[in-house]
Amino acid sequence: MTELEARKAVRAAIGKVAPDVDAEEIDDGSRLRQDLELDSLDFLRLVEIIAHDCGLDIPEQDYPAVGTIKGLVGYLAAHG
Amino acid sequence: MGDFLMPSLGADMDHGKVVEWLVKPGDYVRRGDLVAVVDTDKTTMDVESFQEGVVADLLVAIGQTVPVGTPLARIAQTPAETGHPAPEPTPSPEASPTPEPAPPTKEAPTNEAPMAPPVRHLAHQLGVDTAGIRGSGKNGAVTRADVEHARAARRGGRTRSSPRARGLAAELGVELAGISGTGPGGAVTESDVRRSAGSRQPAPSTPTEVKAPRQEAATAKPAAAGERVASLRRAVGTLMTRSKRTIPHYYLGTTVDLRASLDWMQSVNARRPVADRLVPSALLLKAAALAARDVPDVNGFYSAGAFRPSAAVHLGVAVALRHGGLVAPAIHDADTLTVDELMKKLRDLVGRARAGRLQRAEMADPTITVTNLGDLGVESVYGVIYPPQVALVGFGRVMEQPWAQDGLLGVRPAVVATLSADHRVSDGLRGGRYLARIDELLQQPEEL
Repeated sequence: MTELEARKAVRAAIGKVAPDVDAEEIDDGSRLRQDLELDSLDFLRLVEIIAHDCGLDIPEQDYPAVGTIKGLVGYLAAHG
Repeated sequence: MGDFLMPSLGADMDHGKVVEWLVKPGDYVRRGDLVAVVDTDKTTMDVESFQEGVVADLLVAIGQTVPVGTPLARIAQTPAETGHPAPEPTPSPEASPTPEPAPPTKEAPTNEAPMAPPVRHLAHQLGVDTAGIRGSGKNGAVTRADVEHARAARRGGRTRSSPRARGLAAELGVELAGISGTGPGGAVTESDVRRSAGSRQPAPSTPTEVKAPRQEAATAKPAAAGERVASLRRAVGTLMTRSKRTIPHYYLGTTVDLRASLDWMQSVNARRPVADRLVPSALLLKAAALAARDVPDVNGFYSAGAFRPSAAVHLGVAVALRHGGLVAPAIHDADTLTVDELMKKLRDLVGRARAGRLQRAEMADPTITVTNLGDLGVESVYGVIYPPQVALVGFGRVMEQPWAQDGLLGVRPAVVATLSADHRVSDGLRGGRYLARIDELLQQPEEL
């Protein structure tokens, strides 16, 4: 998956989990919990949507690496 | 002849607005069938019937706000009692024109609902009689979606569905009539619509029909959402004021070692696909529910000067809504569920709470509530009790802490568990036992 595709997939997934988050608010440095206010269930759903849409199952031990938009995009680009 | 009353959906509710009827006169309802959708200050809820019989009359029009206890519909115990003919066992769609009886149209006597010319044209094309359609648009205007829906209803008999399912169906261009519902009474649910949409191509011929309602929704949303937040804020304020004025709270807190629980959870999760994974909240909730069964002084209701402990544990879960405010619906019999079941219920409940689709019983009867602010990053939370409940359990953030044990210092994941409890019912000793019990339970996660 290219970085561009990864970025698109992440945006789409966040749009589904938290439709109220303004796309403008999201930048690379955004932290999913603190800035976008996703709770653990939202986060689980995000991981689930990514698994469904991109066929990439992010194991729990990698959760810390995908705590930000940048981390998540990078992870998808590298593994997806 | 029995009346279907505006129910009380929580201690703080004194009125409600009927936003949709899910039945019509002549329909046969069983106990538990969903009858109406009611809007309160806090959320929109499906309300079920407490009796069995035939709907004789709808007494309150859509959009009307009435006090709790007001009769909303008349339900006849036997068909013979009603003024309407008994429903035929197999009514052929064509043979039962059943013009809507008077009640719902009372508000707008004879004049037809407003309708935009293109909508009238569509109705004409589809051969739908617009006289019987209740408009869902601005000022009761009949929209394209209403016309489509009327056609679907006429074709396949009435398709029961929730408003969300209908909205989604309109958005996805799926026709409800063709979907077999898995909801109560065969009602088409949101997931039915999704499944149906996923299993076939979106209807190719309806791009314009899809667009109209969506734009309407988009423009109508901000004002309605703002209003909702304000009324929710007021409702929370009223209830919490009452709580603080009438309940003598006392507060306890303890730090719980979560190493065993999290190790267990991670080893379980490692073997599972994402959809079946657990989050720490599920373990914390289960422990809180089991402990409530063991220490009944924190589980039940205080009213009319006396405490009535509850045999069942209906665990209220405080859910923060994304636009602000919170609701605390119940997971029923949480102490009897496995952790996996509890996790499923939790996801379902939180999803529906945020979508504003809770059921009456969920809102009305938690016996103890848990607030889990961990995800917001604070270490501990001392909550305010929801009257008439007598205790509120709080969990903070799961964090690594220096931990001394047996003369050695190590690092462990831990959480601060707190209890706010009603001094009229229990005191610190009992409250302390409750928190200690949670701690014990979390040390043996495989037994939860």
